[in-house]
Amino acid sequence: MSVAGITETVQYLTFKLGDEVFAFDVAKVREILELTTITKVPQTPDFMRGVINLRGSVVPVIDLRLTFGMECTEKTVNTCIIVVEVDLSCESIIMGVLADSVQEVVEMEPDHIEPPPQLGTKLNIEFIKGMGKVDDDFVMILDIDKVFSSDELIDIQGRTIQ
Amino acid sequence: MIEQHIAAYREEAGDLLAELETSLLDLEETPDDTDLIARVFRAMHTIKGSGAMFGFDEIATFTHEVETVFDLVRNGKMVVTRELLDLTLQSRDHISALLDASAGAAEVDRERGEVIIAGLRGLVPGARTETGGQEKQGAAAMHVPETEAAETDLKTWRIRFHPHRELLVCGSNPLALINELRGLGACLVTAQFDELPLLDTLVGEHCYLYWDIILSTSRGEEAIRDVFIFVEDDCRVSIELIDDNQGAEEGAGYKRLGDILVERGDVSLDALQNVLQQQKPLGELLVAEGVISKDKVLSALGEQQHVKNIRQERTAPEPAASIRVPAERLDQLVNLVGEMVTVQARLTQMANSRRDSIFISIAEEVERLTNELRDTALNIRMLPIGSTFSKFKRLVRDLSQELGKEIELVTFGADTELDKTVIEKLNDPLVHIIRNSIDHGIEKPARRLEAGKPAAGTIRLGAEHAGDSVLITIYDDGAGINRDAIRNKAISLGMIPASADLTDQEIYSYIFAPGFSMAATVTSVSGRGVGMDVVKRGIEGLRGTIVVDSELGKGTTITLKIPLTLAIIESLLVRIGPSHFVLPLAAVEECVELSRSDIQEAHGRNLAKVRGSLTPYICLREQFGIPGERPEIEQIVIVLVHGSRVGFVVDFVVGEHQTVIKPLGLLYQDVKGISGATILGDGSVALILSPGDLARMAEVAEQEER
Repeated sequence: MSVAGITETVQYLTFKLGDEVFAFDVAKVREILELTTITKVPQTPDFMRGVINLRGSVVPVIDLRLTFGMECTEKTVNTCIIVVEVDLSCESIIMGVLADSVQEVVEMEPDHIEPPPQLGTKLNIEFIKGMGKVDDDFVMILDIDKVFSSDELIDIQGRTIQ
Repeated sequence: MIEQHIAAYREEAGDLLAELETSLLDLEETPDDTDLIARVFRAMHTIKGSGAMFGFDEIATFTHEVETVFDLVRNGKMVVTRELLDLTLQSRDHISALLDASAGAAEVDRERGEVIIAGLRGLVPGARTETGGQEKQGAAAMHVPETEAAETDLKTWRIRFHPHRELLVCGSNPLALINELRGLGACLVTAQFDELPLLDTLVGEHCYLYWDIILSTSRGEEAIRDVFIFVEDDCRVSIELIDDNQGAEEGAGYKRLGDILVERGDVSLDALQNVLQQQKPLGELLVAEGVISKDKVLSALGEQQHVKNIRQERTAPEPAASIRVPAERLDQLVNLVGEMVTVQARLTQMANSRRDSIFISIAEEVERLTNELRDTALNIRMLPIGSTFSKFKRLVRDLSQELGKEIELVTFGADTELDKTVIEKLNDPLVHIIRNSIDHGIEKPARRLEAGKPAAGTIRLGAEHAGDSVLITIYDDGAGINRDAIRNKAISLGMIPASADLTDQEIYSYIFAPGFSMAATVTSVSGRGVGMDVVKRGIEGLRGTIVVDSELGKGTTITLKIPLTLAIIESLLVRIGPSHFVLPLAAVEECVELSRSDIQEAHGRNLAKVRGSLTPYICLREQFGIPGERPEIEQIVIVLVHGSRVGFVVDFVVGEHQTVIKPLGLLYQDVKGISGATILGDGSVALILSPGDLARMAEVAEQEER
């Protein structure tokens, strides 16, 4: 049993938001940073935590916990910023995603990935590519492009104008 | 390799065509300016010559025809007329089209070229039909007919022709060039062999020789330069006037041998002086013999030195050498300099915190160098705005003909320099403003005469520096803007309530609103209400401002204020709670304190008394919803926004800061009040505030509260 769109064995980076384990396709991940000072841009929604200095470029940082309806990410020793490349309305942009901790890079074969359940994830299933199985645990493989191009995020511009 | 040459030719031809256009348009105003005619001729000659060299045969043949006609003009056998200029301008467009077609653009209408040529031939006095045959001889024939010109102003030139090693490989023949020089007049040619290598290292295809040529000719320096026109980029050609047939006083003789050798660069001055020192200077000998006093010798030497200096100043400086660099490399350089400025700020901060004097002095040195590097790098990107202006001459000329109006475009300040990107982005807004001036501003000749104005309208386009910005003014002496008409239109479109009390500036600002057009009908030129919206967006994108000033019946002036550069600005660093912000320093007027008692005295109104006058202020902490307590004493940074003073309340003013502007990116592109970000010395990010936006937001918010 496999998921349409996933036909090859791909490596995934797993990370934790709260107690749940999520994963990004490694090809989308650029690097992982320690948490640095984030500068909040005024008059923007809470889940847009602000911007950081990534070797001279200004990169936005998103708190996925807030978009997934969890509590705001607290700073701990394990908190990281995963820098990913996102295709947002035809343009590729670099952004940071806060994670409570980064786990590991795992290889998952297509037949170990199941389609997301219609109920019970408490998340918009559009964001989820599939449920991967690592050892005996399930990880939710996120479709980065979908997460960031969902209407909610595109609306950022609309909502910030007050 | 050859593609590279072809690309270079395309680029060069583009420049030449632009120059051609400017010259032609200037020629329209001063039809008997021989310099301009020569410039037109040279441009065409080069387009033709290099075109033939790189296989652009069609361009070469066509240009040749046009050039032939201009040769007649150059020789005074034809006068410059409007028809000639019209046709030549069309030819320019045709050449440009041919050039585009060779790069893969749409095919060109070949018949059009023939029509132009036929037209040009028709203009030639006596319409000689045999011109076709004569033309075949090409460039070489061009110089010959005039050698019999008056010999009265025979001048002697010293030419050193030092070809590039690979001249022969490129297909040029130095002998042909020298023969061409011989055609100009009496010629003494000496070949120099001293660069010849030993036989075993000699490459047969290389040119190791160079030539010293003494040429006496009545033709000017231009004629000599024309000979070297195709090779001057790779070869060293120095042309010096050594005898101008005027200073030859009797008994003056010619220069001393040593002087000649030094002038030619064969002997260095030091070496010559070493030799000469063995022989005592004449002055010392004379003094030693007691013939003359030392003072008199010194005075004579002073005179000699003075004349020498004057002469040295007179020898025209070599034309400024320039090289072509791809724009991306410059952008990369500026980016690197930007990062360097950031790192330097960190270094300085670190040095100051260490209190190590040696470290601090190094940091200061680096700071000085960085600032110099920054200025130089930004300067490289500076271009005179004139190239844009000349495009508008053409626009005005064509559009006014189309609309049946007589309009003269006067430009000033064409050499005002602006950042390359800024100039590029200015083009569109300026096109729209000028089109508007032509269409709505300047009236038809009959209307103008009725109004007691000269039939021909004037549009004045100019640029000048003002502090760290450039002011671009577009003035037309047309009908002016009808304030009431705009007001009524805005009311009918529901943009303002009928009772609104608006200043002139506020009314004028509606002409920039999208979909707002005063034209009754949509024409090819205007009426869709898009143009001025483009202007406003364009100028705001450049962080510039627009001021409109108009008098009904007299004319309109639009002033654009544009910052010099987009990459790095001087700014004021401020702090609110834990966050840092920067304000562009150019707009900052002053900083004053705001204590809690001041706030209480103002009864909750956001007004501060600054030296007797009331200044409205915006509390940024409230505006941005930054948590935390306001400090006992705050600072108001007073900024000039659209001509009025607005204060911004912050916790603390840190000081001046070199701000390298970084874009905030797609996600934050529409955030109001923030125009970008910058990186501070400690590596954290500070946001750049946009005072204009913030003031407007506060205004809107206040209106809603009421």
